[in-house]
Amino acid sequence: MIDARDITKTYPGTPRAVPVLQGLSLAVSGGETVALTGESGSGKSTLLHILGGLEAADTGIVTIAGQDVGALDEAGRAALRRDSIGLVFQQFNLIPSLDVGANLAFQARLNGRYDAGWAGTLAERLGLSDLLSRYPEELSGGQQQRVAIGRALASRPPVLMADEPTGNLDEDSAARVLDLMLSLVRETGTTLLIVTHSAAVAAQMDRRVHLSRGRLSAPSDAVGAAS
Amino acid sequence: MILLTLRALTSYWRRHRGQLLALLAGLTLATALWSAVQAINGQARSDYVRAAQQLGGTEQTFLARADGGAIPMDSFAQLRRAGWRVSPVMEARVVVGNLRLRVTGLDPFTAAPGTLPPAMAQQLASDPASVMTAPGRGFAAPELVAQLPAESLLPPLDPTPGLPPREIVTDISTVAALPDAELVRLSLHPQQPRFQTPLEQIAPDLVLQAGTGRVDATRLTDSFHLNLTAFGLLSFAVGLFIVHAGIGLAFEQRRATVRTLRALGVPLRTVMIALLVELLCLALIAGGAGVLLGYLLAAALLPDVAATLRGLYGAAVGDGLLFRPVWALSGMAMAVLGTGTAAATGLWALARMPLLASARPRAWSRVSERALWMQAAFGLVLLGLGVVAAWALDGLVAGFTLLGGLLLGAALMLPLSLALVLRLGRSQARSVLGAWFWADAQQQLRGLSMALMALMLALATNIGVGTMVSSFRLTFTGWLDQRLAADLYISARSEEQGAAITDWAQASRLRLLPLVSAEQTLSGRPGDIFGVKDDPLYRDSWPLIAAIAEPWDALHDAGAVLINEQLARSAALWPGQEITLAPGWRVPIAGVYSDYGNPKAQAIVALPELESRFSGLPRLRFGLIAPDTESARTQLQDLGLSQGQITDQAGIKAFSLAIFEQTFAVTAALNVLTLAVAGFAIFTSLTTLAALRLPQLAPVWALGKPRAALARLELLRAVLLAGLTYVLALPVGLALAWSLLAVVNVEAFGWRLPMFLFPSQWVWLGLAALLAALLAAALPARRLARRSPADFLRVFANER
Repeated sequence: MIDARDITKTYPGTPRAVPVLQGLSLAVSGGETVALTGESGSGKSTLLHILGGLEAADTGIVTIAGQDVGALDEAGRAALRRDSIGLVFQQFNLIPSLDVGANLAFQARLNGRYDAGWAGTLAERLGLSDLLSRYPEELSGGQQQRVAIGRALASRPPVLMADEPTGNLDEDSAARVLDLMLSLVRETGTTLLIVTHSAAVAAQMDRRVHLSRGRLSAPSDAVGAAS
Repeated sequence: MILLTLRALTSYWRRHRGQLLALLAGLTLATALWSAVQAINGQARSDYVRAAQQLGGTEQTFLARADGGAIPMDSFAQLRRAGWRVSPVMEARVVVGNLRLRVTGLDPFTAAPGTLPPAMAQQLASDPASVMTAPGRGFAAPELVAQLPAESLLPPLDPTPGLPPREIVTDISTVAALPDAELVRLSLHPQQPRFQTPLEQIAPDLVLQAGTGRVDATRLTDSFHLNLTAFGLLSFAVGLFIVHAGIGLAFEQRRATVRTLRALGVPLRTVMIALLVELLCLALIAGGAGVLLGYLLAAALLPDVAATLRGLYGAAVGDGLLFRPVWALSGMAMAVLGTGTAAATGLWALARMPLLASARPRAWSRVSERALWMQAAFGLVLLGLGVVAAWALDGLVAGFTLLGGLLLGAALMLPLSLALVLRLGRSQARSVLGAWFWADAQQQLRGLSMALMALMLALATNIGVGTMVSSFRLTFTGWLDQRLAADLYISARSEEQGAAITDWAQASRLRLLPLVSAEQTLSGRPGDIFGVKDDPLYRDSWPLIAAIAEPWDALHDAGAVLINEQLARSAALWPGQEITLAPGWRVPIAGVYSDYGNPKAQAIVALPELESRFSGLPRLRFGLIAPDTESARTQLQDLGLSQGQITDQAGIKAFSLAIFEQTFAVTAALNVLTLAVAGFAIFTSLTTLAALRLPQLAPVWALGKPRAALARLELLRAVLLAGLTYVLALPVGLALAWSLLAVVNVEAFGWRLPMFLFPSQWVWLGLAALLAALLAAALPARRLARRSPADFLRVFANER
């Protein structure tokens, strides 16, 4: 489902350029859940942005759901994100002027896969049924993160990418949100790539990959220590 | 997808209704002021055309003198003898009570078919004698007929709808009997003989023209309309500052939404199209409301404007306003273009915003000093261009380029000037809170600079125009006292009556001053030469602005001349130089006098000198110095003069001052409206920025400063910034006044007015600016004082 080969990315900097990803390769099968761990500044978010078509790699090939991301123009990458990828951000990134119901349905309506029944189920499972007419600013952080997860899953994307989805939440809320996300992902057969610092979160995934100095390495206990 | 994107973007306005209302109101006001001016100008111009059509049927060609002077009868006779099919048109100016009228005489025998006013043609067909034999018959607009007293020099009048409001049309023989009637043009029959002696051979001083042939007022009315247009444009620009601030902030606050939309798969192009559609809808809604409001405003202002144009320039403008699609469309177009201009930078920034850029609004990021210096440098360049244009170009274009450069340049330099003052304040602060106050004001500068620039434009315009009008009023009043020194002004019907008046004055031992004049081209401009008697009245009170020693002695004893300011400036002739008044008559200039409101060149010589040069000049008008005006009036009426032939000095002065006040009533109204719009700009900016200020205020609140104290500081800051803006606007306003008086007036009217300073007006305006800022800041400050602590706490919860 996700196939990245020989990815490099360097950010221009002063006095010299900073290499972030150096010939990195990663393959994730359909329905697999993968945790991407690494120290702060190791390039986890950059890799997620490249895989999600939000940012372009300097070199290498990225294929998502069979589409070569590098070959797509801006509109093509937008279509890929719209149709094939659900994104969950650390800062939630809800649309503040739309209520919870409209936020939940937004991406599904955008790609024409809106299903009122599925949206209702998601709202119910995520505990949002009573909050549909509220606005994001009226919700707690945990509630906002559940809306963001619901928005990503409502459009039934084949791939879900989440960047520190529980990073802003307390331990209990984080555990609840993660449980919900994992159960929904597994029920729908969605491929999940999650960036996290948390060893506990990473432990719940099918596989863990660790990013260090721009390259992927085998998971080790150091992951937990790093967090 | 566009609809969904549009819905997501426009949902912002549902949550920010006040901001939407402010934005729409700003654009509505800007469009309204612009449309009002356009409506007034459009109505006036269409009235000119209507007048031309009523007087001449359809668009005509005619012969007139290039200098606008009277055509000699000989030229007419020679043209007719040479086979030219021309019809004479005579005109006379008549004053009846407070009304200055133009009486136009047409010749039914030679006029081309369809060129007489329909009512006149009808009357001629049914009863030609009633029109062509004494006392004749006149045709005038019904409202004019209703205003005129029954007894006057004029023939009986038929109310004729559609004629210009201050014009009487009659048979040429009726006009010929009026004092000062002259042949002003020869209308050409559309069908002319195939072979004609060329015009240059018969009458080389005549030229072929199209329209009505009235060139005298055109330049002045054009100047008036240009002034109004400039004011409309300025108001529109001030309004656009509001729109720019409103739209810019809406874009800033939606950066996060735009980023989210793009991350969710909405292409940038779709986002841009949705934003453009949103802007277009806003522009159309506000534009429509603005055009409607502009129509109402124009309808309210038009009577004053019409009175000005009629009274000051003799132009034909009615009081009624018709809805015209052209200016409505121009108003809508301005609204759309203005919105586009105001939104351009915001749209550009969003279009270039990287997908992963920070979504935090940048409005409060501290503006770099380098950017301020660049902006100020650009302002300085504009200012320089204005000065260079004033020096290098001619005409009104030069004047208005100077004004534009001055105002825009000064406005662009304002943020840097304020930043430097605030930095100075910060360096002088002694307490921690004081240091924070100045630093916070510096940070607020970026968000408020647009509104403050609008305020500066409005204040500078108020000071500039206020100084000009007050200087004008002071000069004009003094000038009227000097020029209208005689107690009564008398018009005789005939030379016999003139002689009877002279005899009566001699017998009564009253000083009678004949007002005798001859039309003459003076240094290439149409003009008049007046002959004056040697009388202390002239020596004591004539408004000379430049003169040699003992100018009146030179005039009466050495044959020197006095010329009016318009002639002096246009021909660059000043005391000590010489002027040719007629072939073989070259005389030294003894002085220059101010002559406001007169579009023509004028010269004054000794009366015997004039009468020796132009034989047969009738003595029909007189000034009379009479200690008892009522008794003099009664005695004159006993001589057979009607009330309309005698006008007292106070009446003329009151009439002239009324015209003056009407002229500037419109200016004053636009002045107040512009200031109101600027005040609204500050209110809009403060209101819309209030929410974004929380991160700046929350730490100070958390450290122990109560919300009410913070609100008071907000008020103080708004007043401080408005006060500083006012102080900086003052020199700009005075420079504007100088430009208006010394450049624009000279270019537009030919006279230069002295500049007087009115500090009390500045104090009132300063207080008005501070009050406007206080009012504008009051609501946001009140909201801040009542804001829930939870809102402050949310800043620390990293949930923004």
